[in-house]
Amino acid sequence: MHDHAVQLPVFPRLPALALRGVPLTPVALALGAFARRMALRHPSMFKRLGDYGAARFVLDPTDLPVTLLLEPRAGNPRLRLSRKPMQGDARIAGPLSGLLGMVHGAYDGDALFFSRDLVIEGDTAAVLALRNAIDDAELDLAAEAAAMSGPFGAQIRRLIQLAETRTGVALSRHEEDPLW
Amino acid sequence: MEIVCPAGTPASLRAAVKAGAHTVYCGFADETNARNFPGLNFDRDEMREGVKFAHDHGAKVLVAINTYPRAGGEAIWHRAVADAEASGADAVILADLGLLAYAAKHHPGLRRHLSVQAAAANADMLNFYASEFGVKRVVLPRVLSVPEIAAINAETEVETEVFVFGGLCVMAEGRCSLSSYATGLSPNMNGVCSPASHVEYHDDHGALSAKLGGFTIHKVGADEPAPYPTLCKGCFSAGDATGHLFEDPVSLNAEKLIPQLAKAGVTALKIEGRQRSRSYVAQVVRNFRAAVEAQAAGRPMPEGMLAQLTEGQAATAGAYKKTWR
Repeated sequence: MHDHAVQLPVFPRLPALALRGVPLTPVALALGAFARRMALRHPSMFKRLGDYGAARFVLDPTDLPVTLLLEPRAGNPRLRLSRKPMQGDARIAGPLSGLLGMVHGAYDGDALFFSRDLVIEGDTAAVLALRNAIDDAELDLAAEAAAMSGPFGAQIRRLIQLAETRTGVALSRHEEDPLW
Repeated sequence: MEIVCPAGTPASLRAAVKAGAHTVYCGFADETNARNFPGLNFDRDEMREGVKFAHDHGAKVLVAINTYPRAGGEAIWHRAVADAEASGADAVILADLGLLAYAAKHHPGLRRHLSVQAAAANADMLNFYASEFGVKRVVLPRVLSVPEIAAINAETEVETEVFVFGGLCVMAEGRCSLSSYATGLSPNMNGVCSPASHVEYHDDHGALSAKLGGFTIHKVGADEPAPYPTLCKGCFSAGDATGHLFEDPVSLNAEKLIPQLAKAGVTALKIEGRQRSRSYVAQVVRNFRAAVEAQAAGRPMPEGMLAQLTEGQAATAGAYKKTWR
């Protein structure tokens, strides 16, 4: 780690180990439904992906014992989870906090690449397209999760806010008030 | 002083405006601008909406149409100029002489700025562009010292804009063929320097190597910062020596020189980075807006917090202070 690098929170080791026992199928089903909802609410994100909407992205949170395979499929996304390495057109690897922080606009992807917190392999153009499409979409995963939770939305939101404060991980959209 | 800030996406444009940008520059999603990267830039509707958002918040928008039109393909660049005017943009940033002549003739009411890609580096050139094409502002290439910029401003009425932060090209801008040599694509013609489609990264037990067009251009150890995969930042071996042949992988940061640049007669300070995220845009713009406010009020320059955003996580004052080896 370099003097000027962002210090990314790392997922705690014990809970990460505990995740090894969690059945992946229900998690994958829930994440798939979540991704499809995002697709409906953010169609411009898929438009911005252009031809790279057909690419297969391996998302590898290096502090978790699982890997995701994301296939945007031009707005009909599919997500798969595996405990084994997966093959795709491109791989994006880094701590979960870094990946979520980029989604929420808290971190700059190039800066994480410079500091070696982020590793990319495979189709570099596809990675850039995905990064730019997600950055422009101004996603807020916490708000989406709360909206999906029906009557429990408010509690979910509070729970996520608490987790965000405790862990320092950007779990919701990073936004600051206009300054001038 | 005016700060001119990058926006590769509508979200970045909004982030720049909210963070205090006086002016935002951006481009259409095609080969007409020098940041023609995957997933980046604006379609026509997005440009119109972006301009409206900026104007509603008191900021201006400049549209970069700063590549060199292909023979037979000029209509694409002509359409971009017309669409920029239709979007309500405050100016276009052009580099090509023919396109400048076209814009001056067919869109005389549209303010014209000269891109850094035109490499106009002395007062005679600035005055020529002003008298022949009505250019109101010139973005100076990143090869001039502060005294040289002052000398130019002493001999011209044309506004000057200089880079103060971000990626650093030390080549004669608009004339660099390194990317073209390795990939067949260049920033000048295709809007892409070191196109991502020709970049490959390999992680070998923590060591990162980068190839451009099949050429390995650098390899860094597990604890070393990574540079962009551009040939000008490549690390090469010749004989017994290994080093950065053209330039070190560092970013420009001329924040501390703002008072001197103001004294040298500079009108606007430009931040590089349309390829960067809205997080970068917001942080850098906020920092530089605070700096120009401090300069205007005669206060000391605030301590910057931008090192983490710089390539190689290191910064230089570049040609403004010619201390290169």
